Amino acid sequence: MTDTDTPAAPADRALVRPFDGPATDAALRRFLHGLPGVDAVGLEQRAATLGTRSIKTASKAAALDTIVSLIDLTTLEGSDTPGRVRSLVSKAISPDPGDPSVGRVAAVCVYNDMVGHAVSALGRHHAAAGGDIAVAAVSTAFPSGRASLAVKLQDTSDAVAAGADEIDMVIDRGAFLSGRFGQVYDEIVAVEQACRRPDGSHAHLKVILETGELSTYDNVRRASWLAILAGGDFIKTSTGKVAPAATLPVTLLMLEVVRDWHLATGQRIGVKPAGGIRTSKDAISYLVAVAETVGEEWLSPHLFRFGASSLLDDVLMQKQKIATGRYSGPDYVSVV
Amino acid sequence: MTFLDYAPAPESASILDLKPEYGLFIDGAFVDGTGGTFATISPATEKHITTVQSASEADVDRAVRAARRAYDTVWSRMSGADRGKYLFRIARLVQERARELAVAESLDNGKPIRESRDVDVPLVAAWFFYYAGWADKLEHAGLGSAPRALGVAGQVIPWNFPLLMLAWKIAPALAAGNTVVLKPAETTPLTALLFAEILQQADLPPGVVNIVTGAGDTGSALVTHPGIDKVAFTGSTAVGRAIAKQVAGSSKRLTLELGGKAANIVFDDAPVDQAVEGIVNGIFFNQGHVCCAGSRLLVQENVHDEVIEKLKRRMETLRVGDPLDKNTDIGAINSAAQLERIRSLSEIGEREGAERWSPACELPENGFWFAPTIFTGVDTSHRIARDEIFGPVLSVLTFRTPAEAVAKANNTPYGLSAGIWSDKGSKILAIANDLRAGVVWANTFNKFDPSSPFGGFKESGYGREGGRHGLAAYLAASGGASTVQTEQAATPRKKGTRK
Repeated sequence: MTDTDTPAAPADRALVRPFDGPATDAALRRFLHGLPGVDAVGLEQRAATLGTRSIKTASKAAALDTIVSLIDLTTLEGSDTPGRVRSLVSKAISPDPGDPSVGRVAAVCVYNDMVGHAVSALGRHHAAAGGDIAVAAVSTAFPSGRASLAVKLQDTSDAVAAGADEIDMVIDRGAFLSGRFGQVYDEIVAVEQACRRPDGSHAHLKVILETGELSTYDNVRRASWLAILAGGDFIKTSTGKVAPAATLPVTLLMLEVVRDWHLATGQRIGVKPAGGIRTSKDAISYLVAVAETVGEEWLSPHLFRFGASSLLDDVLMQKQKIATGRYSGPDYVSVV
Repeated sequence: MTFLDYAPAPESASILDLKPEYGLFIDGAFVDGTGGTFATISPATEKHITTVQSASEADVDRAVRAARRAYDTVWSRMSGADRGKYLFRIARLVQERARELAVAESLDNGKPIRESRDVDVPLVAAWFFYYAGWADKLEHAGLGSAPRALGVAGQVIPWNFPLLMLAWKIAPALAAGNTVVLKPAETTPLTALLFAEILQQADLPPGVVNIVTGAGDTGSALVTHPGIDKVAFTGSTAVGRAIAKQVAGSSKRLTLELGGKAANIVFDDAPVDQAVEGIVNGIFFNQGHVCCAGSRLLVQENVHDEVIEKLKRRMETLRVGDPLDKNTDIGAINSAAQLERIRSLSEIGEREGAERWSPACELPENGFWFAPTIFTGVDTSHRIARDEIFGPVLSVLTFRTPAEAVAKANNTPYGLSAGIWSDKGSKILAIANDLRAGVVWANTFNKFDPSSPFGGFKESGYGREGGRHGLAAYLAASGGASTVQTEQAATPRKKGTRK
């Protein structure tokens, strides 16, 4: 399938399984450990070079608008309240009240129990109501994922029932690191099933690898393949609760996996770096990495997202700078 | 405009404060020569940059005499610690004027500012810092308790890394206590002249470094001058061979760093994405104007198609154009003559039956440009697999076994460098042992460090630059007369004999 707008249905994806037989630990290990290695020095050097691209004037203005359209505006605090979520939603709808030309963000990302509040606050702006902002929910015992499968599935179906358009699940890093690849695979498959709605549609599934806990780039590559094979629509770097969160080398590596998958199958998988991307300058390096690795086509909310809370503020300040020629300050953007 | 059409981001040339004409730098001052003048142009636009002098035989003689005087009266009597102070000062001034030097280098040479800014100039400073540290520690260089300087060094450098090659030559020579007459390449004299200004700023005693601009005749006058004790040359094998003949029978010591046709060997267990980056960096860095460029890609047959597909994809993202634009990956070919050589060898490659491919890229109208090019289906008997092209042209060959890789890699009259790509450490070490090349990179390419010796086997030259070995090229062992020392003694023994 080559339709740019819809990721491949997981059922189709299962047809391209590169290993024989059931997804046992051994079969998955043979496949995942047969992937080409990653040279850390070379990867980081490539990322650093991409980071030196100088994006100026018209390109910078366009990049800032693109970044806004790719943001999953996020609040994931224990202290979140319906009021704070409403405030977040209103910022998602009009990021800069003083400049109506600023577009909307791609989605708001909240904890499960806040999904209903986000949906009602969005109203006609909610994707399901014909609007352009999606609601993403972090599920499956986010952020640690330390719960039984039953709890994780219930968590997921709750969020879907409450109106979530996208589910950000975490993988079981413990299982992955101890080589129980089959378990990780099966969980992703099960969560994907839980994403399905009675009407046959399904919430998009973002699989969080928590790369900061996987330690090595080789592991990140393996986990990326595993998540795609099992049916994830997006692969996402981090929960934002573990340091390091998203880094440019890790994201570049995941983009390479997505590119390789596309070359092999024609299917397009999304990538979401999350956590730690706070400045426009950083975010622009990610756009460069996307455009020069998988292609510009990926610079669309269907295929690339930033999971971020404060990035939007910096982008707005940069946009104000371009408009007025002067730097403003944090007092000129709204807090959530 | 799509996002990938990045808006122009040029570094401004207005940072440069160039004189309309530069003299020869002799005895601490810019002086007029007697050999006439010539223009140096920007290879990207063919526009005139400045006018420089062509040093005549008499001018070279004047420079050598100044260097001798400085050696006898000042430099040979100065303590190592004091020589080190000057070198540290030069290194710091290079850092302070880094932006200016980078712009000048890109303007005059055609290389992208990203490389002159991030590679050339930082390495220049690193080289001076490194050898500054050696100046008062020569007794630890492994040449006895009191090694002696050789005297006056005549140095001739190429156009591909004008300022970096200057640093490779001047820094160890001065640290070891020699004085210098250096001739930069005809097409790239600019940064050497700016460097002369830095020497004035650093208050280096007059005559310790002299810079004579000019073409082949000037170089010939320099290396044949009887007042020279040591000749150091980096450039083509043909010229190196001529110089070796010219100095034969004299008491001059000689180091040569000449051409190469390096094999970049990619095994099927390589980290593929990084190997592709390494291939690109190996051959397209500095437009392929690199003597140690990885110009022969040896890729294991079972991953050939995958590697080439990825390589082509990657090459489509290379940006060819204005060297001063910060987003440029590949700049201009240095001269019309070099462009002609690259074109003619590429045409020969096509005629020999190799398949030529370049990404779609728009080349500027003026200036000297060549699109990044790969040839697949190259055989070991093709000229593009044997001759040094010295341009952005990669010849791709295949191999089936490690033994075949080694045999093909060593099947060249050159032996300057090689690259190995594999995730298996033991394989890397075993292959590296069998390669007859001065530098072997593992899972990387074109990496330089002042502490690491660099130099070639066979027709790639002799002698080493960089590291402790680089000092040996400018020192006579204590107790030994400099005239009976041969350079080969300082060169590591030939590898690859155990097969």
